[in-house]
Amino acid sequence: MNQNNIIRKQFPIFEKKLNNNNLIYFDNAASSQKPECVINKISDYYKYEYSNVHRGIHSLSQISTDKFEQTRSAVKEFINANSTQEIIFTKGTTESINLVASSWSDIFLNEGDEIIISTLEHHANIVPWQIVCKKKKATLKIIPIDENGYINLQDVKNLISKKTKFISLIHISNVIGIETPIIEIIKLAHKANAQILIDGAQAVSHKKIDVQKLNCDFYCFSAHKMYGPTGVGILFGKKKILEKMSPYQTGGEMIKEVSFKETTFNDLPFKFETGTPNITGIIALKESIDFINSIGFEYIQQHEKELLEFLINKLTKFPYIKILGGNNKNKNSIVSFNMKKIHHYDAGSFLNNFGIALRTGHLCAQPLMNRYNIPGTIRISFAIYNNFEEIEFFIQSLKKIKKLFQ
Amino acid sequence: MKINNIQDEIINDFSLFDNWMDKYNYLIELSKDIILIPKSKKIDENLIKGCQSKVWLFAEYKNNKLYFSGDSDAIITKGIISLLISIFNNQSCDDILNSEIYFIKKIGLNEHLSMNRSNGLISMIKQIKIYALAFKNRIQ
Repeated sequence: MNQNNIIRKQFPIFEKKLNNNNLIYFDNAASSQKPECVINKISDYYKYEYSNVHRGIHSLSQISTDKFEQTRSAVKEFINANSTQEIIFTKGTTESINLVASSWSDIFLNEGDEIIISTLEHHANIVPWQIVCKKKKATLKIIPIDENGYINLQDVKNLISKKTKFISLIHISNVIGIETPIIEIIKLAHKANAQILIDGAQAVSHKKIDVQKLNCDFYCFSAHKMYGPTGVGILFGKKKILEKMSPYQTGGEMIKEVSFKETTFNDLPFKFETGTPNITGIIALKESIDFINSIGFEYIQQHEKELLEFLINKLTKFPYIKILGGNNKNKNSIVSFNMKKIHHYDAGSFLNNFGIALRTGHLCAQPLMNRYNIPGTIRISFAIYNNFEEIEFFIQSLKKIKKLFQ
Repeated sequence: MKINNIQDEIINDFSLFDNWMDKYNYLIELSKDIILIPKSKKIDENLIKGCQSKVWLFAEYKNNKLYFSGDSDAIITKGIISLLISIFNNQSCDDILNSEIYFIKKIGLNEHLSMNRSNGLISMIKQIKIYALAFKNRIQ
């Protein structure tokens, strides 16, 4: 058996049929499937070890707390953060961004200041900033992109001014799969004394992230897009900034002392983690990190690159297919395209009946759809278990659809 | 014909197909028979929000009955609206308001009913009922 088959065997969902066909799962940018080790961990934890964390002195609570904190250490290692105090558990990338937008802006954003995002952003990295800008009478500025989806650094330099306080930028586009020049833009931000958040939701399961090397101030991602459970997100933040930020939600755990006169807040990371967290999900996240590490990013990147090149070579042979962001192969596991005279909804409906799960529509990036002047698109997004046979079947299905609509 | 009789007739028509591909082909055929919305009415005000595809729907009230026309940029959606129009056309406001649409599930097009995609379909039926309610209130 080749390595792809060995990996694929670890995902029980592929034993299932979708509409009487073998399941082809090309919707990994929305959420990835779960390997047996993650599923078993969730089940075993509930069966044999479950209790609340950080409070009880009984043994079960201590076991839970230990495992919970082991995941924090694993995340710290995974993205090479400086300390576990810089790893905050949230419920997803969206909450991570909202936390920063709310708690950072509360202290650091003033009237007349400017925040910069890009045309490529997911709604989750647009709306929170729109709201805080409105609240604080600050201005939101947008980095343009060219036809291929690239950001020109000169445009970024032109947008940055003394008023720039924050930049929030997607790492890999959830629509066109291109990587933004985060290394350069992080440097530009710091040169202007601004802080910068990177939305890494589409990056973490595909490439090695080193937040110290990147030197970004915040980095966010979700467990469910990296073979882990739903409802768990990560916010990495530099300790010295997190310490100054306001608490986000308030209640238990995040406090040091509470009286009716005054409350003092807990130390990092607990200051931002109030209420009972998604304990099971967080504990199982360690399994997905171990799973990724056991395969290694070298293999992951190589395999996903081969899949992408294979797909683009096939798609570019059809004159009626237009790939968003052009035919270049600098896309990271994500390809979106449109078929001439066939609506994405029609194509998606047929593909679903062929057993192919993918995403159609505006993909939570309406401003980007407007940039390309399209109402929606068809997106294929790969993960480590996908293979060439699936792409071949997909291409044959596209041909059938084209014939039907002629 | 009564709403439920038309629904039963549609279910019967679709029962002749034993695979999804033929059903979809039939929907594509139906899309060509749609009572098309007049060009002057194909405006943003008549767009139904919440669909992945664009859906226009227009209603007129004549002789105590409602008459619908529509269009969509997606063919499958257009086929479905075509079916809906054939059901609700020439019906009274009360009959529309009291109707229950069950044919979609019966003909095995459930995927268009699920919340994430067919928001569209639910919105279409809702819009048809809103028209019926609006005309009913206007008469009273």
